[in-house]
Amino acid sequence: MLLINLLGVLLIVAIIYWFWWYEPNKVNSDSNQITITVSNGVYSPAYIKVAANTPLTLNFNRQDSSPCAETVIFPTLELSETLSMGENAPIEIPALDAGEYAFHCQMQMYKGKLLVY
Amino acid sequence: MSNESTTQNFMIEGANCGSCVAKIEKALKNVKGAQRVEMNFADRTVQVEGCAKAKQLMQAVAEIGYQAKPMNSDSQQDALDEKAEADNAHYKKLMRNMVLALGLGAPLMLYGLIFDMSVTTQTQRIGWFIVGVMTLVVMAVSGKQFYTGAWQSFKNHTANMDTLIALGTGTAWLYSMVVVIMPSILPEVARHVYFEASAMIIGLISLGLAFEVKARGRTSEAIKRLIGLQPKTARVIRDNQEQDIAISQVVKGDVVRVRPGEKISVDGDVIEGSSTLDESMLTGEPMPVNKGEGDKVVAGSINKSGTLLFKATHIGSETTLANIINMVKRAQNSKPSIGRLADVISGIFVPTVMIIAVLAGLAWLNFGPQPSIAYAVVAITTVLIIACPCALGLATPMSIMVGIGKAAQSGILIRNGEALQTTAKITTMILDKTGTITAGKPTVTDVVTFNQSDSTEVLKLAASLESGSEHPLAEAIVNFAKNKNITLEKVSDFNAVTGQGVLGTINEQNLLFGNQALMKSHSIDIAKAIPQAEQLASAAKTPMYFAIGNQLHAIIAVADPIKEDSAEAIKRLQNKGIQVVMLTGDNQATAKAVASKVGITDFIAQVMPDDKASEVTKRQSQGEIVGMTGDGINDAPALAQADVGFAIGTGTDVAIESADITLMRGSLHGLADAIAVSGATITNIKQNLFGAFIYNIAGIPVAAGLLYPFFGLLLNPVVAGAAMALSSLTVVTNANRLRYFKPSKS
Repeated sequence: MLLINLLGVLLIVAIIYWFWWYEPNKVNSDSNQITITVSNGVYSPAYIKVAANTPLTLNFNRQDSSPCAETVIFPTLELSETLSMGENAPIEIPALDAGEYAFHCQMQMYKGKLLVY
Repeated sequence: MSNESTTQNFMIEGANCGSCVAKIEKALKNVKGAQRVEMNFADRTVQVEGCAKAKQLMQAVAEIGYQAKPMNSDSQQDALDEKAEADNAHYKKLMRNMVLALGLGAPLMLYGLIFDMSVTTQTQRIGWFIVGVMTLVVMAVSGKQFYTGAWQSFKNHTANMDTLIALGTGTAWLYSMVVVIMPSILPEVARHVYFEASAMIIGLISLGLAFEVKARGRTSEAIKRLIGLQPKTARVIRDNQEQDIAISQVVKGDVVRVRPGEKISVDGDVIEGSSTLDESMLTGEPMPVNKGEGDKVVAGSINKSGTLLFKATHIGSETTLANIINMVKRAQNSKPSIGRLADVISGIFVPTVMIIAVLAGLAWLNFGPQPSIAYAVVAITTVLIIACPCALGLATPMSIMVGIGKAAQSGILIRNGEALQTTAKITTMILDKTGTITAGKPTVTDVVTFNQSDSTEVLKLAASLESGSEHPLAEAIVNFAKNKNITLEKVSDFNAVTGQGVLGTINEQNLLFGNQALMKSHSIDIAKAIPQAEQLASAAKTPMYFAIGNQLHAIIAVADPIKEDSAEAIKRLQNKGIQVVMLTGDNQATAKAVASKVGITDFIAQVMPDDKASEVTKRQSQGEIVGMTGDGINDAPALAQADVGFAIGTGTDVAIESADITLMRGSLHGLADAIAVSGATITNIKQNLFGAFIYNIAGIPVAAGLLYPFFGLLLNPVVAGAAMALSSLTVVTNANRLRYFKPSKS
């Protein structure tokens, strides 16, 4: 029983580490055109490093028919776009100050971040 | 819509030789629905007429090794049609998944209700093994999207609804398989299989998602209707020839003909003809509007009776309709702060639920009755499945989507969710008088002369003087003089004193025209005119004094008619307990007369334009939540200062985006409607949030077995699956209820 309890606690630690503590891989981009694929419940790439003070275009390509994938929102930038299946939906991002700008679907199941430096 | 014949234009890439032209034209002609195909080799464009779909045309070109790109992005209507098609396909797929999964799950569950689903004999082991494999097939086929989704997000260190479903159904299946394959490692009482749970959960959730796809389609009905207002073609006159061309090909300055029953294609100015136009879809104003030469027409309005020729002034994304669509779309995806807590929670929700599931499992294993492992499995599965991040996440956006769309249908454009939320809480509504309560079209009603002056001469001088002013009252006087065919004279030394009037010189005579304050500051004796001025003012007219040199020569009174329904609409606001205040630059007596006609007791007269904003601030400092309504141009600072600024327009003239809320229709009923719709939307959001929170806060502990020690109650995982399927459906359906909301008219 002790072993099982220990395993349970380890599992909890693993969940916390994997979903909250882990620093995801960031994709660096020096192009101002970035394509983000929406498929299987995730944005890929989801964490994108871009330079500050440069406007850029994010092309969201939706491959995921789940209704949740339909809308992408940049809450702090007050931007949102409805994505059509299989098509590139360009979102123009204005030149940003350094900082983190999250984007997600309406339900926050799909998540990503623009890391502006 | 898609069967309508249109002209489509494509850019062709990769066409480098003349011979390509024939090939491309041939390929396009072979596409079903393509009637006339014409390629221009010089600029590498091709024009296709007919009802062929752009996608198929592009594909036909791609098949022969070139690339066709639509010029001017696809119309929004096409995008909508495509979306509807994709939604429908997705719906069908989900329904198929559901039938397959329930086809296995339901008989299994029925069996479980009658017989015992435990594994004791060798034959049972073989039988259940076969069922286990069948369940796996169903999971892989019907539930494929959940497992791939869960795995993809796991790799990306995120977790979502798929994760919960995959883990929940996976746990039930794995445990059951262990029971079948290695029964010996489990105590005899725990040898029970839960294959039916895995299959049922997948089936029920697919069913819920299928309904959700349908219901979600309905939430965007308002925007669809707006997009549907945009015709696909326009009949333009170029080189004396009329031709139907695609809307994207219309350029500024084109002369467009619109016949009875047709929709206006782009914004423009009427150059010939007269007709009545139905602008109700844009403004919410049910009465058709007369249009003749010089009037503006806007895309999306319907031509009722005559034929009009108009010159295109705004095309494509510049039209009023395009602006409305854009604003509504943006607003529909914004969130009011009321939804923020739900956002924070849904952001960390899934991993939290996973931890709770582990804890519940451990609790059962440590403290539960025998067979504790079976109980633990049931609790883990149920917790994972009943937790519903979807309902929580959808609660706010769905209601906002429907509420803002609903408002747009009545000509009320709400900038974002925050504006909507604040609107619902307004306690004081400040109304500007001119153009808001009144029609904003003042006309001269009386000319009273003194000192044997000639009224025509007085009008001539006054109108000449005012011709340099931009004040709406000045316009009334100039128009009045023009209608009497009075020729105006040249003014020198013109000077406007804000809030008082104007002065200038004509033929070396010093002229003054304005209110009492202006006369007083120039020491002009107006004592004998006061009784008449007061009489005019008490009849809701605005008297202005006209002096030549140092002597008063006339009073010219101007009246701005009160809008027919202002009093009724103000009553509606007051009935809601909102304090209605009127502000005006007009004199005390006129202000009082207008205020009493519309039932306002709290009014402030002789307010300088700059003081309107400070009046708003003053009320705010008294703890009021202040709405300010004005024309959006002169009142801009006050609108910005108010908690919610309402810009009210007449017809489609109003500058969209100048305020938090734009009322396309001139009527003040728009204000009461906006407040009512906002209130209903916020209530709807609260219901959704309440439901979603209760659901998760109450559902999860029950699923974990918190009630078991007291009532012996432990949820069946299938019930959790049904509940999860229902929860987001409930939220979307509740939001859809808003579509039928009608503000009360009293």
